Amino acid sequence: MAIDPNLVHDLLQQAAQRGATAGDVLLVDNTSFEVEVRFGDVDKVQNAHRKRLGLRLFFGQRSATTSTSDFTEASLRQLLDDTCALAQAMAADPVAGLPEPDDTITDIPDLQLWDASLAHTPVEDRTEMARAAEQAALAYDERITNSEGGEYSSSESSVLYANSHGFLGQYRTSSVQLAAVPIASDESGMQRDYWYSAARQLDRLDSPAAIGEEAARRALRRLGARQVPTQNVPVVFAPTMAGGLLGNLCSAISGSALYRGASFLVDHLGERIAPDQVTVIDDGTLPMAIGSKPFDGEGLPTRRTMVVEHGVLRSYLLDTYSARKLGMQSTGNAARGAGDPPGVSPTNFYLEPGPHTPEEIIASVPNGLYVTGLIGFGVNLITGDYSRGASGLWIENGELTYPVEEITIAGNLRSMLADIEMVGNDLDMSRKIAAPTLKIGRMTIAGT
Amino acid sequence: MIHAVARPADFFDDKYGMNTPRLQRVLDQALSPQIDHADVYFQYDVSDSVSLEEGEVKQASKHVSQGVGVRAIAGEKSGYAFSDEITVPTLDIAAGTARQIASTGTETGRVAIQGVQTPAHNLYPVETPGPDVPMARKLDLLQSIDRFCRAYNPRITKVQTSFGSTYQLVLIATSDGLVVGDVRPLLRLNVSCIAEEHGNRQSGSSGGGGRVEYDYLLEDDRYLEFAREAARRAILNLGAIDAPAGSMDVVLGSGWPGILLHEAIGHGLEGDFNRKGLSAFSGRIGERVASDLCTIIDDGTIAHRRGSLNVDDEGTPTSHTVLVENGILCGYMQDTLNARLMGVAPTGNGRRQSYAHLPMPRMTNTFMLGGESEPEEIIASIDSGLYAVSFGGGQVDITNGKFVFSANEAYLIENGKLTHPVKGASLIGNGPDALTRVAMVGNDLELDTGVGTCGKNGQSVPVGVGLPTIRVNDMTVGGTQ
Repeated sequence: MAIDPNLVHDLLQQAAQRGATAGDVLLVDNTSFEVEVRFGDVDKVQNAHRKRLGLRLFFGQRSATTSTSDFTEASLRQLLDDTCALAQAMAADPVAGLPEPDDTITDIPDLQLWDASLAHTPVEDRTEMARAAEQAALAYDERITNSEGGEYSSSESSVLYANSHGFLGQYRTSSVQLAAVPIASDESGMQRDYWYSAARQLDRLDSPAAIGEEAARRALRRLGARQVPTQNVPVVFAPTMAGGLLGNLCSAISGSALYRGASFLVDHLGERIAPDQVTVIDDGTLPMAIGSKPFDGEGLPTRRTMVVEHGVLRSYLLDTYSARKLGMQSTGNAARGAGDPPGVSPTNFYLEPGPHTPEEIIASVPNGLYVTGLIGFGVNLITGDYSRGASGLWIENGELTYPVEEITIAGNLRSMLADIEMVGNDLDMSRKIAAPTLKIGRMTIAGT
Repeated sequence: MIHAVARPADFFDDKYGMNTPRLQRVLDQALSPQIDHADVYFQYDVSDSVSLEEGEVKQASKHVSQGVGVRAIAGEKSGYAFSDEITVPTLDIAAGTARQIASTGTETGRVAIQGVQTPAHNLYPVETPGPDVPMARKLDLLQSIDRFCRAYNPRITKVQTSFGSTYQLVLIATSDGLVVGDVRPLLRLNVSCIAEEHGNRQSGSSGGGGRVEYDYLLEDDRYLEFAREAARRAILNLGAIDAPAGSMDVVLGSGWPGILLHEAIGHGLEGDFNRKGLSAFSGRIGERVASDLCTIIDDGTIAHRRGSLNVDDEGTPTSHTVLVENGILCGYMQDTLNARLMGVAPTGNGRRQSYAHLPMPRMTNTFMLGGESEPEEIIASIDSGLYAVSFGGGQVDITNGKFVFSANEAYLIENGKLTHPVKGASLIGNGPDALTRVAMVGNDLELDTGVGTCGKNGQSVPVGVGLPTIRVNDMTVGGTQ
C-alpha cells in the first residue's frame, strides 16, 4: 500500500501551470477481504485491491471534480485535461473554494484506527470465526433451521489528502466485521434476522458465539408474528432502531440539506427540538472508534461538536461549502470519497445515555410497541413526515408479549423528537450512529 | 473523450493487451480439476455528472473506472478476486486467489476459446456516448429546466436538477470458451423542486432516462415533461392532507407503481434465495401466488430500457421470463451458479454492480401484463380507498415476505371519485398474499420513465418496472389519520 506523494505534488503543479488557481487531490488505496460460510462450508471468498485518485480544481470560483482508477501517465494527463476543461465550462460559484489555509490540521493525532495484525491473520482463522458465529446460531435452538451464513470481512485503507495551500496529510484505517444470519422456522413460517459486530481492531470484536447467539435470539423472537389493529400508542425503539431515528436527525442537520431548504430543521438553531434529557454529540476524535478520523475530507481537524444540548439544537454539521452558504464555520464534517466533491457526513454521532434501564422503559408502557425492525424509505426530511414498515414485540402491562409484523409506525420527526419521554442507559458506541433505547410518547400504528 | 466503441474485445486488447491467448491463460490458471466453472470480467467505464442548484452549477464531475474480476466456482463455493489494475501479473494473482476456493494443487485446466462472440441482442446502440456530449449542452438543458420550474408557479422556491451518464464496456470470458463483450450506455435526468407557502414546505421530483442517445431527453420535450411533473407534485403536496391509517382498498396507477411487483414478488423469485430455501416463495412453483388476472414478466430484452442488457454479466443472453402466469408461479430468475445447482437453465439474470462484485440473480425490467378494465372504471369501483400514482423507494424482507413502499403522490378515493391529495402514506403487505387480492387489472400497461435502482446485498443495479392500473383489496395504508 504505497502512495507516492510526489505524484500528488506533480499533479497540482501541472494544474497550476495550466491556470488552475487552487486544487486538491485525494488518494485512497484499499484492500479488502471477505469470507462467507454456510452450514460450515466456505460459500464465498473474496480478495480485492482498489485505489482511486480524485482531483478537484478551481479556476477562480469555477470548479470541477474528476477521478480515475487508471494511474497510467496518459490517463492522468487526460484527467488533468478533462478537469481543466470541465471547470472552465462552469459558471462561477461565489462560495466555492478550499478552506482557509490556517484552518487545516497541523499535528495529525494517532487515533489508533489501524490494526496492523489484521493483514497477518491467517485466512483459516478468519474462516473459523465466520464458521463459529454461524455454528453458534445454528446450535442455539432447534427452530433455527436454515442459514444465510456467517461472514467475516475486513478492509484496510490508506488515505492521502493534499491541497494547493501546501497541505499534505495521510492516515490509515482498518475495519473488521463478523456477522451471522440465521433463519428460524416453525408452523407459523420463516423469519430471518442477523447480528454483527464491527470494530477497527480485531480484538475489539464481540466473540463469534455472542454474535451467533444474539442473531438466533433475534430470529426466534419474530416467529409467529401477527398484525395488530390500527391505534395510537407509545413506541419504544430498541437501540439499533433508535440509531436509525438518530440517523434521520443527522440527515436533517446536515449543512447540504439545510442550505437547499430540504430539512424540517431549517432555521431551528438555538431552538428546543427535544426534551431536556436529549443530548446529541458528533465526535470524530474518539480513539479506535468506527467513525473517527484525524482530519476531514478537506484537511480540517475533526472535533467534538455539541449538536443537541439538553434538547436545544446547538449546531449543524457542516463542510466548508455548506458553511459558507449558511454564513457559518465548517464543523470538520466534510466527507469525501475519491470520486466525489466533499459532502457532509457525521463521524461518531450519538445520543448520550439517560438514566433508565431498557426494562424500566418497557415497564412504563401499559399498551404499546417495542420496535426491533424497520423497513422502507418513508421518511421525508423536508416535512419530517415519517411512516415505515415495522416489526417488533407488543408490550402489554409493561411486559413484552407476542411478536408483531406487517404494520407501519407513522408520525412526524418534529413531534417524535419532542415526544421522547425516556432515554435508556444502554448506549453501544460500536456503531457510527448510535443511540440507547428511546421511548416516544405516541405514534400511529396502522395494521388491521 | 471516449469515442463510441464497436467491439469491446478490440478495446481491451488495444488498451491492456488482453487478447485471446491471454484470456485463455488466465482462465487456465483459474481452473483446476476441482473447479466447475471459471470466468473473468473486464470493465471500463467513463461517467460524468453535473448538477444545478438555484440556477447555478453546483457540481460537475467526470470519472474513469476500470477493473477486472476473476471467479472460480466449485459446487456452491465461489472464489473471487478483483483489482483495478488490468495487467497480466494482476490477473495471475487474481486467478490463483480465486481457485483457492477448491484446490491447493498446481494442476491447471485447459480452456478452448471459440473466438469472440457477438451478443444475441443489439438493444441499445448509440452514436454518441453520454459523457462525450459537450457539457455546455447539458448545462443549457438543466438551466432551461430550472427556469421552467420557477416559471411554473411562484411558490416553487428551490429547484435542483442533475444529469448523469455512463458509457460502460465489458468483456466476459468463461471456461466454457465463451468470450463476449457489451457496450452499455446509460443516462438519467433528475428534477426536484421544493414549494413553500406560509411555512409549509413540500417537495416533488421526477426524472427519466435509459440506455439511449442524449437527444432522447429532447424528443417531444421530454425534459420539460419531467420538469412539469416535479413542479406539479411539489405544488400538489402543498395542499395534501395527512394519509389515512388502516386497511383499505387501493388503486395503483400505471408505470412506476410497478415497484409493487419488484418488492412483493420479484426479489422472492430470485434463484439464490430459492436454492437456499430462504424465500417466502421457495418450493412454490406451480402454486397460486396471485389472482388469475396477474401475469408477471421479467424482460431484459426491451430496447433502450434502463433495466435491459444484451447479455447479462456472465455472458448469458437476457430473456423474456414469465414469472407468474394467470396467478400461477412459473419460474425463478437465475444466474449460472444457481441455475446449475437447481438443475434449470440460466435466464440471463446474472448481474453485478461492477467488477468489484460477484454476480447474483437480479431483476431486469419487471412488469404485469395489461388486463381489460378501463382505469376510470377501476377508480370508480371503490367507495373508500387510496389511489397511489407515484412512489419513493420500497423494501422487502424476502424470508417472511413483508414489503413496504412509500407513496409520494396519492389521493383519497371517496364514492368512486378522487378527492384530497394525501402525503406520507406507506403501503405494507405480504408478498405471497398481496397479489392474490388483485381484483381488477387495467388495459393501460406502462413502463416507468427510467429511474429505478435496485439494491441487494450491498450491490446496486439499474432496473425497470411496469404496471397497468390495478385494484388491490385490503392493503394496509400506514398514515397517521
